[in-house]
Amino acid sequence: MPQPIIEVQNLSKKYQLGRVGATTLREDLGRTWARIKGAESSENEGAFWALRDVSFSVQPGETVGIMGSNGAGKSTLLKILSRITEPTAGRATLRGRVSSLLEVGTGFHPELTGRENVYLNGAILGMKRAEIDALFDEIVAFAEINQFIDTPVKRYSSGMRVRLAFAVAAHLDSEIMIVDEVLAVGDMSFQQKCLGKMGDISRSGRTIFFVSHHLASVESLCSTAIVLNKGRVSFHGSQIDGMRHYLEQVLNTMPSSEVILPISTKSRPLELRSIHILNATDGKPSDAHINTGDDVTFVVKCRSNEPGKHFTIGIGIHTKNNERLLTLHTKCDPAFNWDALPGEIILTCMVKRLPLSSGRYPLMLACATGNEIIEMHRDLMALQVFSGDFFGNGGAAVGGIVNLEQIWAVEPNPRV
Amino acid sequence: MDSSKSVNPPATEIVIEPSRGWLRVPWRELWNYRDLFWQFVKRDFATKYRQTLLGPAWFVLQPLMMTAIFTVVFGRLAKLPTDNVPPMLFYLCGLLSWTYFAQSFPAVAGTFTGNAHLFGKIYFPRLTVPFSVVVGNMAAWGLQLATFAVAWGYYRVFTDFGQHVLLGPLPALGLLLMAQLQIMVLALGVGLLLAAATGKYRDLQHVLPVLVQVWFYVTPVVYPLSMISKEARWYWVATLNPMTAPVEAIKTALVGGTSWTPTLALGAWATTLVILIIGLAAFSRAERTVVDVA
Repeated sequence: MPQPIIEVQNLSKKYQLGRVGATTLREDLGRTWARIKGAESSENEGAFWALRDVSFSVQPGETVGIMGSNGAGKSTLLKILSRITEPTAGRATLRGRVSSLLEVGTGFHPELTGRENVYLNGAILGMKRAEIDALFDEIVAFAEINQFIDTPVKRYSSGMRVRLAFAVAAHLDSEIMIVDEVLAVGDMSFQQKCLGKMGDISRSGRTIFFVSHHLASVESLCSTAIVLNKGRVSFHGSQIDGMRHYLEQVLNTMPSSEVILPISTKSRPLELRSIHILNATDGKPSDAHINTGDDVTFVVKCRSNEPGKHFTIGIGIHTKNNERLLTLHTKCDPAFNWDALPGEIILTCMVKRLPLSSGRYPLMLACATGNEIIEMHRDLMALQVFSGDFFGNGGAAVGGIVNLEQIWAVEPNPRV
Repeated sequence: MDSSKSVNPPATEIVIEPSRGWLRVPWRELWNYRDLFWQFVKRDFATKYRQTLLGPAWFVLQPLMMTAIFTVVFGRLAKLPTDNVPPMLFYLCGLLSWTYFAQSFPAVAGTFTGNAHLFGKIYFPRLTVPFSVVVGNMAAWGLQLATFAVAWGYYRVFTDFGQHVLLGPLPALGLLLMAQLQIMVLALGVGLLLAAATGKYRDLQHVLPVLVQVWFYVTPVVYPLSMISKEARWYWVATLNPMTAPVEAIKTALVGGTSWTPTLALGAWATTLVILIIGLAAFSRAERTVVDVA
């Protein structure tokens, strides 16, 4: 086995909670004074380990996808490997020229022309002037902005700016590329082009260290995956197993009783407030414990700001691999109508004899008017289902996710 | 790109770990990033006056306007002496030595606060920024020097200025450049120290303009050092101030003066180098984790 190109040993990073954000001199003097007076040392009070004893190694040519929910330590790991901040303990060794792209167009100056910004941005990314000279025409062609190259960037559309920025980044020649979320930019066709370029780069034998929330891009680009959970590596292995592990981890950390949505400052025709799930069997809608075969009520609270407008609400129930299993939708009940109600509303959807087997199912909640989606929340919460007696057979499980009421019959076959 | 990687082991190996030691300046890396340094210099020069009416002419106009104000306020109203030098030339000369310093060290001090976004997204040797500031501002100084030269030529030809007091051209040039070099190093050192401090304590930003003002008045810019008698109670402030020597040196070189002494210069250089080393140490300490604070 060749020497790993990235070697990370016991990397840890501690943040002092409540001290993120510049301190004022007075606060620090106060703290020093308290220490002099012999107060309890507050050294470990509010310490937060964003990364704790993270170790792994990456072989040359690998494309590694880093997954993890918010706060798992992805950004911190990326910042340390990009040398933006120092670790508190541990060590990382990078064997090769590194270029890191935590953002496209870092350092772009609006007053400078496209040409000047290519040189500035290239230099910030670590390119030599001669390299940029040699690649300049290629970069401009890739960005598709030939006739505007001597126009100040402030006159560019945001799409043009992103294209030019990505074009510079895509032409970096380094053995290790550290990339964050940059693919979620530009229009669809340009995104495709970027993904294609990333694929080319990984096929050319370079090592890519890739962080994204877009599972689809991890799936199409990465060969191996590292899953972080609360600052530690919880999985390191093949991309397929990594995705499975990650989805399971996400599902397990989702709330399963009630979710209250943050209030948006932007006024919208319909504002979703909260969702919760109740067991409605025997008409006592109080229990949140749900078994297969129970009657279940989904309760959505919202506020209608434009009475008379026609709204629809959908709740998507997904499998743990994030495929849509079924959808509960206001359209599905032809007798239902709530157009006239203004103000705070409680919507309920009753499902008779829940046909889902035991397990956790991610839910999505969305509201729309006509074809326009007003709000959409993926992976909002999990529907936790315990095994129950769906068939009235004492609860004997038969396998599968969905249970269907079924009628079997038997009779002799007279033909034979 | 397609050459076999196992044959050519990677030339670079980067080790990332908590750093130790109090003074770590990555000279080699800074050299490798020299193209970025020039890009910053070009950017700062190009963007300062782009989309302004008069463009780089401001580099010349600004000191001229300041000179006019000084002539009225300090010359006519406060009646400060100018050591028998024509007041306009005296103030132009003072500004030539002061403006660069007054613009450079606050700019260096803003390294972390002004580049927080950039530093949060990409690594490059952070010292590239302060270096580009102190070198880039030399362009404005050059233009200012040219302006001064025109005024100097006028007074030399059309008045009796400089009949007896001026140095020869070579010693004058040497003195001027040495003094300006010291101002550069001092601006860098003070700026780095303040950059480290403001990166941690944002409130110090508000003290900065006051510091510039106070420093301006304790330095003999609009008055000659000879005005302060050597027996005066506050004379030691003037000699301790590392800006006194270069300002007086530039006066001696350009308009004649008698207050500058090699001892004064040596003391100022020593102070300047000490400040530079402390500044570098504080900066290299701050740059490790300043991003977490920003």
